[in-house]
Amino acid sequence: MAEYLIKNGFVFDPVLGIKGDVADIAIKDGKIVETSAVKNPKVVDASGKTVMAGGVDVHAHVAGPKVNIGRNFRPEDKLFTYKPKSGIERMQGGFSVPTTLRTGYNYARMGYTTVMEAAMPPLYARHTHEEMRDTPILDQGAYPVFGNNWFVLEYLKNHEIENTAAYIAWLLRATKGYAVKVVNPGGTEAWGWGLNCENVNDPVPYFDITPAQIVKGLIEANEYLGLPHSMHVHANNLGNPGNYTTTLDTFKLSEGIKPNSKFGRDQVMHHTHVQFHSYGGDNWGNMESKAKDIMDYVNSHDNITIDMGQVTLDETTTMTADGPFEHHLTELNHLKWANADVELETGSGVVPYVYSPSIKVCAIQWCIGLELGLLSKDPMRTFISTDHPNAGPFIRYPRVIKWLMSQEAREQQLDAFKHKDKVIDATNLAGIDREIDLYEIAQMTRAGPAKALGLAHMYGGLAPGLEGDVVVYDFNPNEPYAPDDIEKAFQNAEYLFKTGVQIINDREIVSNGNKRTLWVNAKVNENPQVMRDVKEKFLRYYTVTLNNYEVTGHYLSNPYVIEVDATQ
Amino acid sequence: METVTLTIKNQPNLYLEADNITPDAFAGKKANEIADLYVYVGREQYRLGDFFEVSGNAGATPEETKIVVNGDLSRVKYIGMKMTGGEVVVNGNADMYVGAWMQGGKLTVNGNVDAFAGTGMKGGAIVINGNAGNYLGAAYRGDWRGMQGGKITVTGNAGSDLGTFMNGGEIVVGGDVDVHVATHAEGGKIIIKGNAKSRLGGQMVEGEIYVLGDIDVMMPGFAYREDVDVDMDGIKGRFALYEGDLGERHRKRKGQLIYAKLYQQIRA
Repeated sequence: MAEYLIKNGFVFDPVLGIKGDVADIAIKDGKIVETSAVKNPKVVDASGKTVMAGGVDVHAHVAGPKVNIGRNFRPEDKLFTYKPKSGIERMQGGFSVPTTLRTGYNYARMGYTTVMEAAMPPLYARHTHEEMRDTPILDQGAYPVFGNNWFVLEYLKNHEIENTAAYIAWLLRATKGYAVKVVNPGGTEAWGWGLNCENVNDPVPYFDITPAQIVKGLIEANEYLGLPHSMHVHANNLGNPGNYTTTLDTFKLSEGIKPNSKFGRDQVMHHTHVQFHSYGGDNWGNMESKAKDIMDYVNSHDNITIDMGQVTLDETTTMTADGPFEHHLTELNHLKWANADVELETGSGVVPYVYSPSIKVCAIQWCIGLELGLLSKDPMRTFISTDHPNAGPFIRYPRVIKWLMSQEAREQQLDAFKHKDKVIDATNLAGIDREIDLYEIAQMTRAGPAKALGLAHMYGGLAPGLEGDVVVYDFNPNEPYAPDDIEKAFQNAEYLFKTGVQIINDREIVSNGNKRTLWVNAKVNENPQVMRDVKEKFLRYYTVTLNNYEVTGHYLSNPYVIEVDATQ
Repeated sequence: METVTLTIKNQPNLYLEADNITPDAFAGKKANEIADLYVYVGREQYRLGDFFEVSGNAGATPEETKIVVNGDLSRVKYIGMKMTGGEVVVNGNADMYVGAWMQGGKLTVNGNVDAFAGTGMKGGAIVINGNAGNYLGAAYRGDWRGMQGGKITVTGNAGSDLGTFMNGGEIVVGGDVDVHVATHAEGGKIIIKGNAKSRLGGQMVEGEIYVLGDIDVMMPGFAYREDVDVDMDGIKGRFALYEGDLGERHRKRKGQLIYAKLYQQIRA
């Protein structure tokens, strides 16, 4: 394989602790190596530019059935956005729900090289893997959803952690999944009865269990197995005024639990798109930011990580396994709605949404997301996300970075809001003058997410031995710049390397890379009870047999297995 | 005003996507530059001049530019798409998406047009001296933002799905219309001087439909309210007023629910 030497760039790397010093980075045989280890490298001149490791996205909806529902039922999202084939790039289209090809290309353009699909319905794991297979360049993994799964509800009702863990191990293997995802625990199952679970103690109909028991039990099972990533939760009561108390109650379920993982993470709970979960007030008229209360908790509890779920003020497509929430949303905005029930496992909904700067609530949501980032005392535990495409499309990450890095950019946006004064009254943002620096951005977009995923041995830094994922942005932090220069630079990487392969040269995509799919193979003691339960449920309830369920063979073209041994 | 005349000389094997035939794209260009504008046939790009004889230069701005297109244009799509001003006259039958997303100016077709004319129209005027196809003044597939403003006049008949998701503006049809009128509409006005078939105002929230002729089947979601006198734009007479769609959500004004209105002329 070719050797590369990226010379004289301003390097920002939390793993090596380099804060913008000029340094050289060498790549050989797909990995980062000492500069002395390359003999005859191709030299990339990065002088006057910013060098970082490839970006890692801990939470985005980029593949699978609900993403595809979004594509299918929003032809208008593709209107005038098609781009014909050019060079190595194949035809692509779509804005908030782009085609798989555009997903790969646009992440690469932003310097991202690893992206996790945040919610995979196990029954449709094959579809999810087919889409990931067709997404070029990126290393990907997918989180199967567990929070409304009948097996989990039945085991955890009696606090059967060992059985839950055995089932998780089985399902991760069957679906080639990466982590334990929980969406509106119990609430999506309750939606089958036309109900919801709005706080952690709301009982789930029929199953006689509460969201608190589900979340706590799944954390314990996750740590029993010692999985690379922690339990990854989207709590109950998303998007409702006053929901911050539910969020704090959910956080508290992690108290007293220590991580048990050889993969180097410190958290036992990742709470996603926290912006949607940080609302005060009791109606849309008096809704206000509670980001301060939320971040006070996160800052003082080391065993939690979060991502922002930043609203980008775009027209987008919301999609979640939180079925009742999407129904709630379509009642609010009267736009089209799709709903799906996934047998014993989960459900989902999809609704288009326009985050308008003229609507007070949307502007408050925008402020809350940024407050989470700016009030964070530990950027290694607070990650940039837009919950793509729910709060906005991922192609806006460079804009989110601009807002975090520039108070001037935030003030410009605040001034542009129709209800500026009311928005300022309901939020803390106007009083925050912090400007996140590039080192912290590297923590929030690379080193932090990689560590939380248990993938710090592969991604997130530039230390020798890590994957050769390196990006060069045309941005000189030592020269004066306008806020928009940040966005432009992060939108259009000058050079990008993925596992040692040059993907972008001079802002042009030159390779479709060697995309891999990460999954976790957790070995557990034989558990005849769980295997009998699986067999029986498939016979009695599932519409498919086990043979038509597992993800094998051509569904998984370039797998990368992470082995976990939980036999005891 | 400067006039550019396009006369079709070669028919495309497939369909010609000619969204560059607008005063906006032509403005400030000479005949030879206009001939160099791109068109698509399938995925292949060609020059406008490969299919059209171009004569005359455009004005400096769209407002100062008039385009006359002559010949059989039944394989030419998107004429006048997104135009903001000036004038386009089509002498012949045109294919789909004539005047789609139009924002201003005037577009006249002396002939028939196929489906999706005036899709998502925001302003300006379209006059079709002939028949219109389906989805006249409707929304693009999937979109909830149909016709927002402007006026479409058809002297002949119109097809099905007229004014789907209409939010504003006006459509006048001189002849008859096929099924589905103003489905999902939340505003605007549709006048049908001939007969209508069925499914008028399905899931309609607000807006007005006037029918001077017969309606084969009235939607069950529309309820008769009263007879009223109408005197508007040269239409004068006694009309039966129906309100609906009762199965759809409706906003309130001063405590009163606001319905979509359907007026049918009562003939003595």
